[in-house]
Amino acid sequence: MITYSFLQHYWWFIISLLGGILSFLLFVQGGQTLIGSIGKTENERKLLTNVIGKKWHYTFTTLVTFGGAFFASFPLFYSTSFSGALWVWMLILACFILQAVSYEYQNKPGNFFGRNAYRGFLFFNGLAGTFLIGAAIGTFFTGSEFLVNKANIAEFSGQFAPVISQWQHPLHGLEALFNLRNWLLGLTVFFLARTMAVLFFKNRIKDNNIEGRLNGALLKNAVPFVVFFLTFLIWTLLAEGFAVNPETNEVYMEKFKYFNNLIQVPALLILLLVGVAGVLYGIIFSMLKSTWRKGVWFAGPGAIITVTTLLLMAGFNYTAYYPSTYDLQSSLTIFNSSSSYYTLKVMSIVSFLIPFVLAYIFYAWNALEKNHATIDEFKEGHSY
Amino acid sequence: MELLNSAVVDWSRGQFALTAMYHWLFVPLTLGLGVIQAIMETIYVKTGDEKWKKATKFWMSIFGINFAIGVATGIILEFQFGTNWSNYSYFVGDIFGAPLAIEGILAFFMEATFISIMFFGWNKVSKGVHLAATWLTITGATLSALWILIANAWMQLPLGMEFNPLTARNEMIDFWAVVSSPVAINKFFHTVYSGWILGSLFVLGVSAWYLLKKREVDFAIKSIRIAAIFGIISSVLIIWTGHGSAKQVAYHQPMKLAAMEGLYEGKSGAPLIAWGFLNPEKKSYADNVEPIVLAVKLPKVLSWMAFGEADAFVPGIKDIIDGGYEVPKIDPRYQDRVPVRADGTALSFDEKKAMGQRAQTALSNFLKAEKEKDTVAMAEYKSILDANYKNFGYGYLDKAEDSIPNVPLTFYSFRIMVILGGAFLLLFLIAAYLDWKKQLHKFKWILWVFILFIPLGYLATQLGWVVAEVGRQPWTIQDILPVQAAVSGIQSSSVKITFILFAVLFTGLLIAEIGIMKRQIVKGPKIEEKADKNDDSDTY
Ligand code: HDD
Ligand code: HEM
Ligand code: HEM
Repeated sequence: MITYSFLQHYWWFIISLLGGILSFLLFVQGGQTLIGSIGKTENERKLLTNVIGKKWHYTFTTLVTFGGAFFASFPLFYSTSFSGALWVWMLILACFILQAVSYEYQNKPGNFFGRNAYRGFLFFNGLAGTFLIGAAIGTFFTGSEFLVNKANIAEFSGQFAPVISQWQHPLHGLEALFNLRNWLLGLTVFFLARTMAVLFFKNRIKDNNIEGRLNGALLKNAVPFVVFFLTFLIWTLLAEGFAVNPETNEVYMEKFKYFNNLIQVPALLILLLVGVAGVLYGIIFSMLKSTWRKGVWFAGPGAIITVTTLLLMAGFNYTAYYPSTYDLQSSLTIFNSSSSYYTLKVMSIVSFLIPFVLAYIFYAWNALEKNHATIDEFKEGHSY
Repeated sequence: MELLNSAVVDWSRGQFALTAMYHWLFVPLTLGLGVIQAIMETIYVKTGDEKWKKATKFWMSIFGINFAIGVATGIILEFQFGTNWSNYSYFVGDIFGAPLAIEGILAFFMEATFISIMFFGWNKVSKGVHLAATWLTITGATLSALWILIANAWMQLPLGMEFNPLTARNEMIDFWAVVSSPVAINKFFHTVYSGWILGSLFVLGVSAWYLLKKREVDFAIKSIRIAAIFGIISSVLIIWTGHGSAKQVAYHQPMKLAAMEGLYEGKSGAPLIAWGFLNPEKKSYADNVEPIVLAVKLPKVLSWMAFGEADAFVPGIKDIIDGGYEVPKIDPRYQDRVPVRADGTALSFDEKKAMGQRAQTALSNFLKAEKEKDTVAMAEYKSILDANYKNFGYGYLDKAEDSIPNVPLTFYSFRIMVILGGAFLLLFLIAAYLDWKKQLHKFKWILWVFILFIPLGYLATQLGWVVAEVGRQPWTIQDILPVQAAVSGIQSSSVKITFILFAVLFTGLLIAEIGIMKRQIVKGPKIEEKADKNDDSDTY
């Protein structure tokens, strides 16, 4: 018998997995911030742009699907976080809107803003998009200030029903930047994206000049990434966490909550170790052996597993994944914020189609990547 | 907490309308051009004629420019449900979220994946695989229309759900009912056909321009042929499904129908107003001023079209507010959706409002009783709630006027859309006839008319959404959740800022898009034979 609790866990797993995949695919954004510094000539920049440009749809669509799946499975989160932390999400959206046209428009005549503006948009998306997504996810561990009261829907004053989810901080999301741990996760994601981009470029591009610069860039980005990540991780494991009492559903602070989650659910610990090992292996061996191109195939899946595990750690084992520091009992857990049993069941059936989707993505991805990309491929024969 | 005020509602509505209408500038062209280019590529693969490949590639380059901005405007719509309509997102998210998620998983990925093969794969995959990718791209786009329209249709006719007082929200109980709703089916086809029409008008107009410039003549004639035939088919289908949509409105949203027709006092054997002007003297729904002047009426046609009987009664705005009329026979499957009086006649606004207030009070009491674990009281309040829930939303409305949508906007938008629908059919027939007689180049003025019809295509399809969305005000969920109860707890100044942000952003991108599109059209479909191995569409 499939229980409600099982479905809630299943959907938190799907959300976490989508988050993990998204964090890897953000290499497109990371790459966007590197085009200017790694590409010294116009042809080189063009090569770099085209190598990641073929993949931007995947990242974008994953972000959209992450939103849609979150809405369907945990609507109270959608309602609380998007309206509450308004400015963070609006900034994220704005820079993704700019990204969506920039690849297509940057080299086209008549594009109104000029090529450099679109390159600027791409850079901005790479910088702000990655950092803000990281900082927003940081609040899953550090908490936000909001109140939730479902009875509000039936309480009205004049012609208005008061809103169910009410944010208590006037900065509406920007206050997340007052918290150092959110900064750490934001910077982690930013440097992760750049590190992945370097590894991806190494994998795809055959060009001596660029490859030389990539090796330098790897060091410059991987080191801050590892430092920020480990600081965030250790701090979080040692910090108090938002625990849920299984009997009463009451939320309370527990010392070493996230560390306890790893110990009490050893599968999470193993996953975390495997993920981190994959990332480090991919990075370190790419550094040691500069001709080795396959680093991204270790670091990428490693990043997916690591981020998925971090998110699982925030929601599994009776933990409130979107905590409210203003009113602990308003915190969102996978139990009190999920869709109904029926809806989760329907959506679970739909989710069985995901492997099929992955299969054609895999096919299409490979179909376009038979050869390494070179400057000559993009240098001649077109009229921009 | 911040107190809600009507400015938040107004600005949030404005922002939704702004962003949705921008999105809708690009989506229909995607839907239409996508099919046209796929048909052309099919002909190319069948005949091996390079000219068709050239035509396909040209329209694909236009498709790509348009598609990018369609995606850019779409993402904000999705997240806006959370940012600006947070009560809505909670209250119906259990049902509404599902189609949105399915759209992402099943449709957007299909589109995003195969579009990369369509653009970058010309020399990397076989002809057959490429053709399949082109068809799968437009299939993905059309599926995304399907899922989002299922979601939208559900707001107009909320089926397959049940209110759960414990969670204080609506929950899905029948997914199939949501998916197979007759409103959804009509909406899907009508909307997709409107995209096909726009695509045909676009191809027709651009090709006419080449003919006027005496350029790319062979390409232009080939394109006109496809567009004219495809346009005729789409025009017939849109009139058919438009009629179907109007019937659904008559059944499920009588107030919207009354606003579309400017009908204040109901009639048996109601006439259809082909055209007319709204009388500015009319100040209130209750004064007895004639609402429409200089009307061209088709007697009894409205009754017949809406309910299949020339003498059927069509309620007007005043009837719907006063109640007491015989409720028209609606689809028996949904008969019990609308509560009626014991004698079978319609409820008045005041009665509905009283029901809504009873339901809301019962919910409030139910939740209090639940806190105190008083199961007897809970059962009692639940039965009151159940008995009154179907008019839950009326409890939020203040006075009867609040339940009337903007009549002039709905009335004129509907008329113009329908008239244009007829005009498009005529236009495509003319194009097909002239092409058949090989006379296209002889009638310069007709070629100009073809060009002028491109903006009219955009107008018609935008107005369709105005009819659908403005006509259903004040409801976000018909009879259950009005806009006042759907918004987020944010300040109106915040919404003003984001409104301006998106207005500026989208307008800037639109200017860029038009600029690029213009250049691409002026440049035309020439392909440098030598460079075919890696031409324009292959790089950024
Ligand atoms: C090129 C565009 C176009 C054309 C020529 C027409 N329509 Fe349309 N119409 C639309 C584009 C559209 C649309 C944008 O696709 C809408 C908006 C929402 C929807 O479902 O479709 C729509 C909505 C819409 C509605 C409202 C449906 C609702 O509220 O759910 C009705 C009653 C009609 N149409 C009826 C017609 C009729 C009788 C037409 C006869 C010629 C017609 N339309 C032509
Ligand atoms: C409130 C309603 C809507 C929301 C939330 C929404 C959401 C979105 C999003 C997020 C995207 C970008 C997807 C990507 O990553 O590729 C998109 C694109 C798209 N949407 Fe919408 N959409 C809405 C209305 C519609 C409607 C009414 C239709 C069609 C009938 C439609 C059809 C499409 C299509 C075909 C695309 C592909 C891009 C394009 O060519 O414009 N959408 N939409
Ligand atoms: C893409 C074409 C669309 C256009 C042009 C459009 C237009 C509009 C307009 C003009 C309004 C404001 C009406 C008023 O307040 O007077 C509105 C409101 C709204 N529409 Fe649509 N709409 C579109 C698609 C959709 C779709 C597909 C959905 C649902 C999935 C949707 C859901 C809503 C919601 C939630 C509101 C806000 C609440 C309300 O005012 O009813 N719209 N839309």
